[in-house]
Amino acid sequence: MSFEQLVFYAFAGISSLAALMMITVRNPVKAALWLVLTFISAAGVWLLAESEFLGLVLILVYVGAVMVLFLFVVMMLDINLAEMKEGFAQYAPVGALVALVVFGLIYLVVGPEHFGLDKTGLPVTHGPDYSNTKEIAVPLYTQHAYAFVLAAVLLLVGIVAAIALTLRRRGPRDALYQDIDAQVRVRAEDRLTMVKMAPEVEPDVSSKNEEEEGAK
Amino acid sequence: MIALSDYLLFGAVLFMISLAGIFLNRKNLIIILMCIELLLLAVNTNLVAFSHYLNDVQGEIFVFFILTVAAAEAAIGLAILVLVFRHRKHITVDDLDQLKG
Repeated sequence: MSFEQLVFYAFAGISSLAALMMITVRNPVKAALWLVLTFISAAGVWLLAESEFLGLVLILVYVGAVMVLFLFVVMMLDINLAEMKEGFAQYAPVGALVALVVFGLIYLVVGPEHFGLDKTGLPVTHGPDYSNTKEIAVPLYTQHAYAFVLAAVLLLVGIVAAIALTLRRRGPRDALYQDIDAQVRVRAEDRLTMVKMAPEVEPDVSSKNEEEEGAK
Repeated sequence: MIALSDYLLFGAVLFMISLAGIFLNRKNLIIILMCIELLLLAVNTNLVAFSHYLNDVQGEIFVFFILTVAAAEAAIGLAILVLVFRHRKHITVDDLDQLKG
């Protein structure tokens, strides 16, 4: 077994075990953390397949952003953990059976019989001056530029939808809001009233002040 | 050397684990969303492996777009999850039957 194979089986094994733990632990926070381990070791497998850019993007985007979002949501919800695993034993045999049967079918299709090394041959390996990022970037910004812009629009729609769905107006006791319409509609005459009144003059004080100002 | 079938079977194992996870966790909508993320990761692993063995970068570009869509899907899914919890105070999937589906 070569070193490459050893690393591959280590990453794949860690990833699969972490995925198994993810679906069996009771606590959703722990499940999210096991999923993080799954993603990190899958990123290692991707690095072995010489797709360095995507492996790093997987860690940055998934572990850094999506799973943190999951953790935030899990911690915000006050869910009853005891209820969560009800029916687990009931569904476990069915789930395991379906998974094993479908895995057997997939093994027949993509197993070593059809995609082994003797069938596919060795992949082309690249030297240290090969930049996977550049190889992805050139077709992404030329051939797939339209799809790239569409992906950006999709993310924008996702942001707007997520905010619009979860935004709620609280009552006046919980939070204070700006009423922008009222602010714009304000006129000076509504707020400021000029009052005519006769001047009240105290002759002594005012004349003294005038003398002092004249002296300055 | 690592054969292409190793990558594909790794993807299949991840896919099956997350499929079983959707079966097992019928009560917990959050874990189902996580399992969907894992399904997409398994599919992406297949694309990366084929891209490596065919020496064609198009598969990796496809993975890039799938990651984008998965991020948007996770954000909106979690927003809907928060709404469901706010209305019903639980996230049990079996009780979400207002549409009589």
